[in-house]
Amino acid sequence: MSDKTPIISIRNVTKRFKGAPSAAVDDVSLDIMPGEFFVLLGPSGCGKTTLLRMIAGFEIPTSGQILIDGQDMAEVPPNKRPVNMVFQSYAVFPHMTVAQNVGYGLKIAGVSADEIRSRVAEALELVKLDGLDARMPDQLSGGQRQRVALARSLVMRPKVLLLDEPLSALDAKLRAQMQFELADLQDKVGITFITVTHDQDEALSMAGRIAVMNKGDVAQLAAPADLYEYPANRFVADFVGSVNIFEGKLTLDEPDKAAVDCPGLGKVWLNHGVTGAHGSNVWVALRPEKIYLHVPGEGKAVRAAAEDAPEGHNFARGQIKGMSYLGDITLYEIQLDCGAMIRVSRPNLSRHDQEDFTWDDRVSMHWRADSPVVLLS
Amino acid sequence: MEDWKRSRALFAAVATAPLTWLTLFFIVPMGVIWLYSFGTNAGLTEIEISGTLANYKKALEPLYLGIFAKSLVVAGITTAICLVVGFPVALAIVFASDKWKPWLLLGIMLPFWTNLLIRTYALMAVLRTEGYANQTIGWLHDRFGSLLTLVGLPAPGAYEPLHLLYNNFAVVLGLVYVHLPFMVLPLYAALDRLDRSLIEASLDLGAGHLRTLLLIVAPLAAPGIISGIIITFVPALGAYLTPDLLGGTDSQMIANVIERQFKRANNWPFGAALSFLLMYATFIAIAIQALKAKQAEKRG
Repeated sequence: MSDKTPIISIRNVTKRFKGAPSAAVDDVSLDIMPGEFFVLLGPSGCGKTTLLRMIAGFEIPTSGQILIDGQDMAEVPPNKRPVNMVFQSYAVFPHMTVAQNVGYGLKIAGVSADEIRSRVAEALELVKLDGLDARMPDQLSGGQRQRVALARSLVMRPKVLLLDEPLSALDAKLRAQMQFELADLQDKVGITFITVTHDQDEALSMAGRIAVMNKGDVAQLAAPADLYEYPANRFVADFVGSVNIFEGKLTLDEPDKAAVDCPGLGKVWLNHGVTGAHGSNVWVALRPEKIYLHVPGEGKAVRAAAEDAPEGHNFARGQIKGMSYLGDITLYEIQLDCGAMIRVSRPNLSRHDQEDFTWDDRVSMHWRADSPVVLLS
Repeated sequence: MEDWKRSRALFAAVATAPLTWLTLFFIVPMGVIWLYSFGTNAGLTEIEISGTLANYKKALEPLYLGIFAKSLVVAGITTAICLVVGFPVALAIVFASDKWKPWLLLGIMLPFWTNLLIRTYALMAVLRTEGYANQTIGWLHDRFGSLLTLVGLPAPGAYEPLHLLYNNFAVVLGLVYVHLPFMVLPLYAALDRLDRSLIEASLDLGAGHLRTLLLIVAPLAAPGIISGIIITFVPALGAYLTPDLLGGTDSQMIANVIERQFKRANNWPFGAALSFLLMYATFIAIAIQALKAKQAEKRG
């Protein structure tokens, strides 16, 4: 990918709104490659939508530069940019039929009526709305309206398609279906997609690369699996997925092993090195699904942990304080003997588990030496 | 709240006063005038309700129909100018910053706080032969003249004041001045409700601002445009004071004729017939509009 030139190049872009105490987007630089499915992920107010709107031309950067296909967009108004946007509210024109909506941009561009007809038909087929061309928007469901908005943008054959929270207004079932369809569609048309979302599941399932944003800044830029397994900091670890975070001191740091002493959890052993100063404060992140539960008393947890870590590391004991059955998994809230709480999830592999844990049960836990992630910030 | 209709006593208590007021001071007088329109003058102050249609027949004579037609044209021109001037104003207020918006709206409504008569006299002061408008144009004319002499060109003759008052121009100008807020406010209400992302979507799809205005904003603001047209056109059609004070001998509108029947001519039955003819026309116009709106709703 590095040999290609980026389709969108964001260089040191800052956006400061009048009267706002801090910048909405703060010195962000990003390169987005042609054909990529790129996701801007973050909580509301992190600047992701502002960044998207600056690419579309609806907001002007306070400083910095945005290049689309190598061209500086500073002086280019929204209607002259080679990008199209799917709005969060879909913004389907309520006084036009589906076909008129989809053909609007082509008509503005002065395309002949015949070509409009065939391209509109093609676009509607692409989003599986064929046969609905004569409908008015208020006769469509939310999902259908979104497909109209999608077709209306795709028919323009933009270099980049911008999607602002495209799935947020759909119900859960439809959302899951559309996630696949969007990824599929992107594959088919080969257009670069940039999607803004606050939903981490949505981001993980669709994206090729994700930029996690926090307070106007890019907190981490990575592929979905890397983002989940190797978060760069506490914000990303906490925002993407569910996580237990414990503060501790680095007591050992060598290229192939490291140890952290966490007062809230115990001694944590890692089978890889981290780059931190000896004795410095660090945080250990441990995902709930990476912790094994055991019935206490038989030393099973200790023995299991000892397989890939020195004795006395990577295990803990506690009492179940809460549990929620989610169908595919069960989530346990466990109070460790030192007082801290930890979350552990466990797949429900069979209908009746022999080691069925319940409230107030004493349990032991262990985790493998490659499971914890050490975070320096 | 839902069962307020069921507590009849409360409903009666609340509704009696306004209903009485409406009946006594609106419906009864209207009914009386309506009956007069079918009557004849029996004496200086007496009117005999004879059921005659002679008043309506007289009202439909070419002389009066001509004045009706003229009133329609003047009100139509007024409404058109109000729409052309008011639309950008309403649009500007919608897109003004939140800090400015209330002040701009206040500016639109401020004239309502001043008496119509005073506003009309103020307009007369501006438009008179020696008024502010002529003074300003005359001053510019003189400066331009001295500029020409300065560069050695022959100076134009002395300034001839424009006749801005007591003609149809003054009437239309005055009517626009008075009725502009009636146009701006419903337009503002309609435009303010418009989803901004629709405008952005149109820009995003390649349309410029003008085409977005024509293809997206105007059609979606149509209900506001239509109500603006109606509430501007109807009072402009029945305008009395403005043509009376600003108009010349040839710019009287139907309301001036009606007034003359009730006062100088002392022909109340004929005045009543003219009044009701105006009202029928207005009602028919509104009814047609309502019918069309209903049809459009069915189609949509």
